[in-house]
Amino acid sequence: MFVSRARLLLRARDLVDARYYEALDVDELARAAGFSRAHFIREFRRAFGESPHAYLLTRRLERAAALLRNTDRSVAEICVSVGLSSQGSFTTTFTRTYGLSPTAYRAAFPPAAYQARIPTCVLRVYGRPQRRTFGEDRNISQPLGSVANVQIDQ
Amino acid sequence: MIKLATAQVWVHDQDEALAFYTRKLGWEVRSDVTMPEMGNFRWLTVGPSAQPDISVVLMEIPGPPVMDAQTAQQVRDLMAKGFAGALFLTTDDVQAAYKELKSRGVEFVEEPEERPYGIDSAFRDPSGNSFRLTQVREPAQVS
Repeated sequence: MFVSRARLLLRARDLVDARYYEALDVDELARAAGFSRAHFIREFRRAFGESPHAYLLTRRLERAAALLRNTDRSVAEICVSVGLSSQGSFTTTFTRTYGLSPTAYRAAFPPAAYQARIPTCVLRVYGRPQRRTFGEDRNISQPLGSVANVQIDQ
Repeated sequence: MIKLATAQVWVHDQDEALAFYTRKLGWEVRSDVTMPEMGNFRWLTVGPSAQPDISVVLMEIPGPPVMDAQTAQQVRDLMAKGFAGALFLTTDDVQAAYKELKSRGVEFVEEPEERPYGIDSAFRDPSGNSFRLTQVREPAQVS
């Protein structure tokens, strides 16, 4: 079956989009496309206007930025969860790309909890005080008079 | 116009569900926020990268006082039996998606099969929730 060169390159690019969080590298992408490394890099750049390395890195940084905005995970966790292993080089590359360190970038947005659009019905239910101060969870077989001395926290 | 924004599925374990929806299904994390002031309630949503305006909440079954223990157990039982809801997904190449998901260890309950409306398959998430994955056929033109 004939498969065009562009389709093979797209397969490699799809792999980046889908599996960016794994320890993918350019060698593996070249293998997925069935090209030699040097040929793959040249052809990828010609087809998509940037190197496969840059495409992979920007995909990871885009995800990292979203996770910084929308989650309360630590920078170290985010670094690992987008497929990068060195927090030092993540911070350097992120800062070069976004003009702010990951921490400063996060601080420039409202906290994730405000962004999360947690619906009111959920907040209402989960936000109810969990300490029982009115004795409603006492054994119902207890005589009613026995709850009269319950201390209510002020 | 009223649009669908977010749907919810109950899950046994949010970390396990997160791994499944992101690493196996290939979706993205939309939000992941833990609220210590609400008994560490964790709002965790995921969604397909091609549909940024749609997300699915992976909701852990709560304990008292949010949900009494008996109800929580009933939900757990329903989920384990596959009756706690379903998500219906589409793809333009169900055979390729089947092969890919199967290779990642996804538990299929129906392999892709021809139906009048397209090619349909079904799998489960680790909690037992039911998914249909369909390659929808273009409707026949009536002249």
